[in-house]
This record gives sequence, structure tokens and C-alpha cells, in this order.
Amino acid sequence: MAKRDNAVDLVGLLSVEGQDLAATWVREVSGSLKGRVGTAELDRELRELYDALLDALRQGATDVHADQMSEVRALLTELSRNRARQGFSPSETAVSIFALKRVLEPLLQEGSADDVRAYLELGRVLDGLGLFTIESYSQTREEIITAQAEQLLELSTPVVRLWDGVIAVPLVGTLDSARTQVVMEKLLQALVDTGSEQAIIDITGVPAVDTQVAQHLLKTIVAARLMGAECTVSGISPQIAQTIVALGIEFDDIVTKASLADALKLALRRSGVDLVAHEGAQR
Amino acid sequence: MKAPWTAGEKPQVHSIARSGDLVHIRQAIRALSQKCRLSLVDQTKMITAASELARNTLIYGGGGTVTSGLVSAGNKQGVAAVFEDSGPGIPDVEQAMTDGWTSGGGLGLGLSGARRLVDDFELVTAPGEGTSVTIVKWVR
Ligand SMILES: Nc1ncnc2c1ncn2[C@@H]1O[C@H](COP(=O)(O)OP(=O)(O)O)[C@@H](O)[C@H]1O
Ligand SMILES: [Mg+2]
Repeated sequence: MAKRDNAVDLVGLLSVEGQDLAATWVREVSGSLKGRVGTAELDRELRELYDALLDALRQGATDVHADQMSEVRALLTELSRNRARQGFSPSETAVSIFALKRVLEPLLQEGSADDVRAYLELGRVLDGLGLFTIESYSQTREEIITAQAEQLLELSTPVVRLWDGVIAVPLVGTLDSARTQVVMEKLLQALVDTGSEQAIIDITGVPAVDTQVAQHLLKTIVAARLMGAECTVSGISPQIAQTIVALGIEFDDIVTKASLADALKLALRRSGVDLVAHEGAQR
Repeated sequence: MKAPWTAGEKPQVHSIARSGDLVHIRQAIRALSQKCRLSLVDQTKMITAASELARNTLIYGGGGTVTSGLVSAGNKQGVAAVFEDSGPGIPDVEQAMTDGWTSGGGLGLGLSGARRLVDDFELVTAPGEGTSVTIVKWVR
């Protein structure tokens, strides 16, 4: 029963001057965003939110997680996502919500004790909504960062064709399992696409090889063999060689070469290409 | 064994909650190894051991933390890392430390290999009580 009365109070607070309040809210927020969101868009966003909030309160919602708030949450999520994508800061995003409190403040001057109580109550609801926007905001940012990391993953693993029938992947940087997986899949695909029978995996630029990276390498080499191709691993630095030995990883039946150049020479020989140095050749 | 942290150098705690954390941990161990001037081979060994143990903490321990920093004993200097989780623990340590034994789909060389890569290695675990592994690499 008490809850119901409360809800009515909150609704009253927000709808005394109806449309007018929403307009003031839009103006307030627009000022804080310094015109970086179009007025028409902001107007639409905030009015939708305003109406949804009124609806939710009418149905007796008392905080952001209430069932009746689902529409409000959806709108807030969208708003936060847009702001995150447009490059606004978390405060610039949450201020849209907190600004509504400031809009209501003048109403308190001639308000009754009940109005003040309602205002405080609504303030708590709005705090919850504000925190919710910050959470959705950071979630979106994380998604953006993850997406960028994935793009980088793709970018940083080129498979290059060195010769007819010889391809190579130069690995550079830390090899986490996701990246190793991507590289290996690309390598196998490139074997098929180019009809190559020789592949070189160059790890000159890799600072450490642990058992998981080694396992990915071994699996790829076995898979390549099943496809009728041969792999050579090149560029194993002295420190990585010692670490692999100490770990106890068996690279026994894998062909390794100190440098990419040596690996290429071997691959060419295996594909029947003769390299002939011409005597007295001029360069 | 309690890591003899160097006085005045606060060890850092990193959480191990997702696979992306392993990259940061390797970088942190690399920075420490360079700071105390481990040789390039020893740096690589320490980083690789840390990578193995951090992954075990994540996969088998269900996540946890690593505390890493500089250590000293007498006039020796080194890098230490302590990996802790409150996962299921290891019921048979001897088996887990055997080359090639894995309960998952790994190479089974993480624990035993890590022990060979470092100078000091201590594993404390009990079923249901979690696992803690301390490793130290001293400057030669
Ligand atoms: N932190 C841990 N918590 C529980 N079990 C572990 C933990 N670390 C290692 N183990 C157990 O020890 C086994 C051997 O580990 P390891 O030598 O790293 O090989 P792998 O990771 O390839 O399985 C694991 O398969 C697992 O059963
Ligand atoms: Mg392991």
C-alpha cells in the first residue's frame, strides 16, 4: 500500500508541468554536451526516456532493476552505447541522467514536505539509472576494445607467398592461444588456396614459446603433413631453443632452421628448384 | 618457502581471470627480469615458467592471482612470482609433476617444465584447498 502511494508521488513530481520538464531536461543536457549530439536526436532520446520512466513509475517501479523498468533499461543501454561509440566520457554519458535531478530542484522551493520526500526517493532511482548507464557504457567500451584486438589479430598475421609452392608466416610478438590459432588456420587455408607444398613458420619475432604455443605449432605441422605439405620452423633464438629443451618439448621430427633464408633454401630444394650462382655475374 | 621480497620494493598483485591477463603477466615478469638484470636466457625461462603457471591457475584453478616482485637473500638478487588459486587443488602431486601427464588436453609439461626452468620451485596444494606455486630465478 505504502509503495503505491509513493509511486503516485513520484509520478506527480515528474508530471506537474508535463512536457515542460522534459524540454528543460533536453536543454540542460544539450548544454553539457556542447552540441556534440544533434538537438533533434537528443530531444527524441530524452523524451522517450522521460515517457518510459513515467510509465515505469506509474506501474510502481522503485528502482532500476524492477521489472517495470525494462523499457527504461533498454533505452538507457542504447543511449550509453551511442555515447561510448561517439567517444563521450563516462561522466558526459551519466550526466544526462543526473541532469534530471537539477531540473526538478526548482520545484522544491514551494514544495511540501511530501514533495521533498518524493524528490529524495526519485533521486535514489535516478542515481541507480545513472550507475546503470555507466555500466552499459563500460561494457560497450570493452566490446569495442575486444573487437579492435580481434582486428589486430587478423592484421598482424599475414601469410606470404615466397615462391611458387612456398608460403611463409612470420610471427611477431606475443603468441597467445587465440592468435596462434588464427595464424595456424590461416596457414592451412593458404596451403589449400595456393596449392603449396612447403610452408615456413618463422618465429624470429616471438619472445617466448610455452607449451601451449608449442602444442599449436605441433598440431599445425601434423595437419599440414596430412595435407601433403611440409613445414619448417625458422628463427628459433638461442634463448627459446634452451627454454624449449628445458620444458621437455620434443621437436624431434620437426625440421628447424636458424634463419628464414636457410628455411627458404631448403624449401626450394625440396620443391626441385635449383639455385645457381653465375660466375662473374654483375650486380 | 616464503618469497624473500626485497625490502622497499612492493610486490605487485595481478589477477588471473581471463586469457588476456596472461599477456600482462608475461610483460610484468619481463619488466622485473630486466630490472634485476637476468640474462636473456634466464629472462625467457622465467617468463615461460610464469606463462605456464598462470595458465594452470586460470584453467585448472578457476582463476586466481599472481604476486610478483624482486627478491633478495644475502647478496643474491632475483625475481619471484607466487601463483595462488582456491580451486580444486591437486590430489596427486607426484602424478601432476610427471612429464607428459595431463588431466586436460595439454602437453603435460607445464608444472614439470616450469620446475626445470627456475631455480626455486615450491608447490603447496591440498584437495579442495586450492593451489599455490612459488618460483624464483636468481641472477647469476
Ligand atoms: N592450479 C592447479 N589446480 C589444479 N590442478 C592443477 C593446477 N595446476 C596443474 N594442475 C594439474 O596438473 C596437471 C599437469 O599440469 P601441467 O604440467 O601444466 O600440464 P597441462 O597444463 O598440459 O595439463 C594438469 O593437467 C592438472 O590436472
Ligand atoms: Mg599447464
